[in-house]
Amino acid sequence: MNRVTAAFERARSEGRRAVIPYLTAGYPDPKRFLDYAARLAVEADLFEVGLPFSDPLGDGPVIQRASETALRHGVRTRGTLELLARLAERSRVPLLVMTYLNPVLAWGPERFFEDLRAAGAAGVILPDLPPDQDPAIAEAAQAAGLATVFLLAPTSTEERIRTVTGYVSGFVYTVSVTGVTGARDRLPQELGVLVQRIKAVTRLPVAVGFGISSRSTAQQAVRAGADGVVVGSALIRAIEQGRDPARLLAEIRQGATG
Amino acid sequence: MFRFLEYPTPDPRGRFGPYGGRYVPETLIPALEELEAAYRQARRDPAFLAEYRAYLADYAGRPTPLYFAERLTRELGGARVYLKREDLAHTGAHKINNTLGQALLARRMQKPRVIAETGAGQHGVSVATVAAMFGLKAVIYMGEEDVRRQALNVFRMRLLGAEVVPVASGTRTLKDATNEAIRDWVTNVRDTFYILGSVVGPHPYPAMVRDFQSVIGQEIRAQLKEKEGREVPDAVIACVGGGSNAIGAFATFAYGEPRPRLIGVEAAGEGLDSGRHAASIAAGRRGVLHGSYMYLLQDEEGQIAPAHSVSAGLDYPGVGPEHSYLADMGLAEYVAVTDREALEGFRLLAETEGIIPALESAHAVAYAARVVPAMPKDAVVVINISGRGDKDVAEVQRILEGQ
Repeated sequence: MNRVTAAFERARSEGRRAVIPYLTAGYPDPKRFLDYAARLAVEADLFEVGLPFSDPLGDGPVIQRASETALRHGVRTRGTLELLARLAERSRVPLLVMTYLNPVLAWGPERFFEDLRAAGAAGVILPDLPPDQDPAIAEAAQAAGLATVFLLAPTSTEERIRTVTGYVSGFVYTVSVTGVTGARDRLPQELGVLVQRIKAVTRLPVAVGFGISSRSTAQQAVRAGADGVVVGSALIRAIEQGRDPARLLAEIRQGATG
Repeated sequence: MFRFLEYPTPDPRGRFGPYGGRYVPETLIPALEELEAAYRQARRDPAFLAEYRAYLADYAGRPTPLYFAERLTRELGGARVYLKREDLAHTGAHKINNTLGQALLARRMQKPRVIAETGAGQHGVSVATVAAMFGLKAVIYMGEEDVRRQALNVFRMRLLGAEVVPVASGTRTLKDATNEAIRDWVTNVRDTFYILGSVVGPHPYPAMVRDFQSVIGQEIRAQLKEKEGREVPDAVIACVGGGSNAIGAFATFAYGEPRPRLIGVEAAGEGLDSGRHAASIAAGRRGVLHGSYMYLLQDEEGQIAPAHSVSAGLDYPGVGPEHSYLADMGLAEYVAVTDREALEGFRLLAETEGIIPALESAHAVAYAARVVPAMPKDAVVVINISGRGDKDVAEVQRILEGQ
């Protein structure tokens, strides 16, 4: 079992679902990113680091702004690898890197995944790569020792669920709504059905993301059958507003307990 | 008359060689599969074809003329120059060929809401136009920078009943408007049809937009036969941003014999060495943007680089996957002309023929002025005048008076 999948088991043995915070590398600036990330990692089972991209078409306004800010600080692929390595020194939580495909292609997929692994990453999430578009990419990531994570959505057919899960070795990232990333007040009723449809096909852990913003949305995800929750925009919004993201994450962790 | 033709590309997975594909969030994959199936069925349906032909003729005003440019021919002193007058189509550009086709498909798929991206506003106006005519709700995404530069087109779209949403992210231009249109589609995918304006984006868009635009080349064949007794010219010259008018002019010629020289003219902006240009094939590298693998302007770490051109319609950091493929295979050639040369082309056509072309099309005119003089007098060249220049007159005045 890889470190990513194992993190779900450990959380469950502690009576929780996995808590997976996300921050964009280099946001709000490289130094404060490390401070926030290290503090959030204390409350986390897995930690997701976003590689800033100029055209994040799967992200809502909050993460778009964070990406633009990080890019203004000069954090791209090289910068993300450096921050990742420094975070790995400070935290033992398994690290996942979320990146759009083009930076991977520009770096060269094999080199990219090897460098990610060397910097301390345990897995990679590719939100704009339906894995069957280019099977060699998932293979290269796994060959480099990374757990692969791909996304499924409320629109996914049984055939897509079968196809996509075939390329996953970490967890299935289930998008709670049709839409882009962003905090929401509540999750859709149909989420439970979607999680069930995925679990009928795979024994991999299923984490829910997009819209997790509070204790109650985390509870809704757990009730829908999720093995973990991903929270990103709500944490970045807390930082934007000068609130403490670690406190928000602690509340979400409570929602994911029991 | 327009027909749906069979081409050797793309393959069943939506690839033009290595280019194209479907690199989008998983949420959209079922919608693209649904669109592909609906389009495949529509292509085979004689009723759809008849309806599309009728709107092309009676609404868009096709066929557009193939005009022998006698004074320009004399001025250049080489090949005989014809102009394909897409500027005379309804809304003043070739964009209507595609928006009519996609709007008919939206209606057939019972999607009551259409969305689109636009740069200069030509595609946006075209979408707003067909949406008004078919009674569809239209939402058009446009970068804030372009909203400012193209205020008149914003007003036209609103007059036609469309909602125009300014986009404040990234470079605030076409690339970011496209991101935002895709985000809208991801969110409202169940009742919304995305009318993409160029031969870019995820499969089946590059093939579908090509098919609708290929009416341009099909008409060139028939009209040239009548005027010159031959269907195939010696060269076809068209400007290339994303590349829809060029593919439309090239498609029926690209994979057959005899094949004319097919020349795509990219925007070299302030020069290829200046870093301020939009020449993805001449100076870009391969990568993925907006769902497709293609030539792109990007930095060494894969961040998309801002494009620049005096012509807003060419101001896009990528070029369609089929152009990327035609370039690699040597089936078409791609060149670039600067803002300054394009302005000369703009003037040249206005002064010799009384036709003010769009600044986009002026790039094709400018390159023709470079190569036509060296061609034999019995050679035949077709320049695709993709749109009319009224929208650019104020900008050109500003530039010329500033010099």
